[in-house]
Amino acid sequence: MDTRNDAPDGDLLLDIQDLKTWFYTREGVVKAVDGVSLRLRRGEILGLVGESGSGKSVTGFSIMGLVGERGKVRAGRMMFDGHDLLKISAEQMRRLRGDRLAMIFQDPMMTLNPTLRIDTQMIEAVRAHGKVSRRAARERSLDVLRMVGIPAPEARLKVYPHHLSGGMRQRIAIAIALLNAPRLIIADEPTTALDVTIQGQILYEVQKLCREMGTALIWITHDLALVSGLADRMAVMYAGRIVESAPTDILVEHPHHPYTHGLMASIPSLGTRGQPLFQIPGSTPSLLHLPAGCAFRSRCYRADAQCGHEPELRRTGPGHMASCWHGGEPS
Amino acid sequence: MSGDRTMAASGPAQGATVSARGTPILRMEGLRRDYAQPSDFIDRIGRRLRGRGEPPPLRAVAGVDLDVMHGEVLAVVGESGCGKTTLGRMLTGIIPPTAGRVLYRGRDVTHLRGADRRAYELAVQMIFQDPFSSLNPRMRVRDIIGEAPVVHGLVGRAERDDYVCGLLRKVGLDPDYRERYPHQFSGGQRQRIGVARALALKPDIIVCDEAVAALDVSIQAQVLNLFMSLRRDFDLTYVFISHNLGVVSHISDRVAIMYLGRVVELAPTERVFSAATHPYTQALLKELPVLSAGKRRFDPIVGELPSPADPPAGCTFHPRCPRVMARCRVEAPVLRQVAGGHFSACHLNDETGAARGPGTEVAVTAHSTEPVQNATETS
Repeated sequence: MDTRNDAPDGDLLLDIQDLKTWFYTREGVVKAVDGVSLRLRRGEILGLVGESGSGKSVTGFSIMGLVGERGKVRAGRMMFDGHDLLKISAEQMRRLRGDRLAMIFQDPMMTLNPTLRIDTQMIEAVRAHGKVSRRAARERSLDVLRMVGIPAPEARLKVYPHHLSGGMRQRIAIAIALLNAPRLIIADEPTTALDVTIQGQILYEVQKLCREMGTALIWITHDLALVSGLADRMAVMYAGRIVESAPTDILVEHPHHPYTHGLMASIPSLGTRGQPLFQIPGSTPSLLHLPAGCAFRSRCYRADAQCGHEPELRRTGPGHMASCWHGGEPS
Repeated sequence: MSGDRTMAASGPAQGATVSARGTPILRMEGLRRDYAQPSDFIDRIGRRLRGRGEPPPLRAVAGVDLDVMHGEVLAVVGESGCGKTTLGRMLTGIIPPTAGRVLYRGRDVTHLRGADRRAYELAVQMIFQDPFSSLNPRMRVRDIIGEAPVVHGLVGRAERDDYVCGLLRKVGLDPDYRERYPHQFSGGQRQRIGVARALALKPDIIVCDEAVAALDVSIQAQVLNLFMSLRRDFDLTYVFISHNLGVVSHISDRVAIMYLGRVVELAPTERVFSAATHPYTQALLKELPVLSAGKRRFDPIVGELPSPADPPAGCTFHPRCPRVMARCRVEAPVLRQVAGGHFSACHLNDETGAARGPGTEVAVTAHSTEPVQNATETS
């Protein structure tokens, strides 16, 4: 169930197999992530696409070790840069987080402390992971602020988060993620709350940084169009599983899973003017009571009796995996 | 691909026929809205001591002239803070304009009284962005949809249940859901309830304020299709406020691009996407995410939307404009016609010599309201 089989092992940064994050609630077990396998090479950009409730954010949280106490993370394997994330202690994980492994959230105020000045927060983040003088930490902070394209970084260091606009806050959150030159950044819908022009600026900076610093990136989003311009590879999630993954160009040109077709066809554009938009009927199923078999069955136009059995994620081409009994390009 | 393609062809052709089809159902004339800036006690004392007056008001909408034609979908596009939501709220009468007028079927709504005012208020309905906060959590769906038409005498109390069931079916919900509360629905379903609530008053115009922005892609497609089929069934006019040019290109007949409280470009949809003349519109188009097999080089415009409390002199876009000229820093360009039905407020239109008609002098005032009143009439 690898999403990519042809990656040489030495190049692998992240290797996750059969990740299951289940939440034990009063109503029952919510299988938010149910058997996700991901492999990421150094410097690779992966777009993790799905609608709300598909488990894409929980996948990110599971890698970061940020799942709350009601959730239980299990996996066949979870290796990151030579560390076994399943075995390491909480203290070791804390040292990894913010150092080799960083996360950017949708709401930058999840990263920023509203009561502390930006410089306090940034210097603290540098010094938490290495013996550095305050002055050196400050220099480092200025460097990354410049890197993410913040004008007048010296002045920005002295202000509180509420002085800044949403786009500027998100840039500072990205700068904090970059402080210790991480190997992997997990970005969870970081531009969803921002204006298009600001979104463009942030995508520009992120693309530049990944290219220059060789940082791997998992970009979690619901916007297939947005991430198609950024990612090397894309994985589409539905109801806690990856239903299709492929290099971006192959996924966009030859989608295999009906859900992926549906997502692409329902993007409104100038080309769809005057016609009704393709729509996937129904809505995402509740993860509490998932029916047996293919989770997409009830919304799928190709579904038949065979879909009562769960389809396996299998290889359909070079680097291309899909889980559908009736896979194939749109008819 | 199969799908729910029940709708007859309607759309692109309409852009061209809009002016032929109708008269303006809603007209904005020099519409302006100021908000007083909050100032604390110390600030007020400081101002008093230094002999200064009140802080200048924040001009959210700074003089907009627009016509909404009967039966069209007019999109209002802009970044957050450009005044598009304030504009929508003034159209629906939720907030009064500071200056300027809204005319509904040729009559100034500020002077409407009694039954006429009521008729206008019912005819212009709004659908809000957030399907979670726009429905009263303590009311059943039956009451959310059915209360207003009963109060306004559109349906009798006895027919209410049938009326609500009919509307629920119309928006694609099971009528059995009418006894439920909003929290029992998903985001897409709630948005449908919001649509049914607006339809219940038999409106002519629906102002959709980012009505699909909070929805997932697959649900967004369903709701957009619903809007289009309702438009046909009920002969509706939409003012579609959005920041998403992808959605706008699909649904609208004409697009008005707003920047810092002003309309900077207005044109039929195809024209905006093929021949936009304003650098801001061009920048927005370039940022539009497109499904692509190859990687994109993101090349954004710099800077952020300036504060409307302290707008830049001259053209308000000049600090971010890639083609800024000396003239842009001092003179505010005026929105004027550059081609049939295509209006643009940029000095570059003079440079290229495009459609420089007689009598189109550039006003030096920051808030000129008189030129270009009737966007579509002249087309």
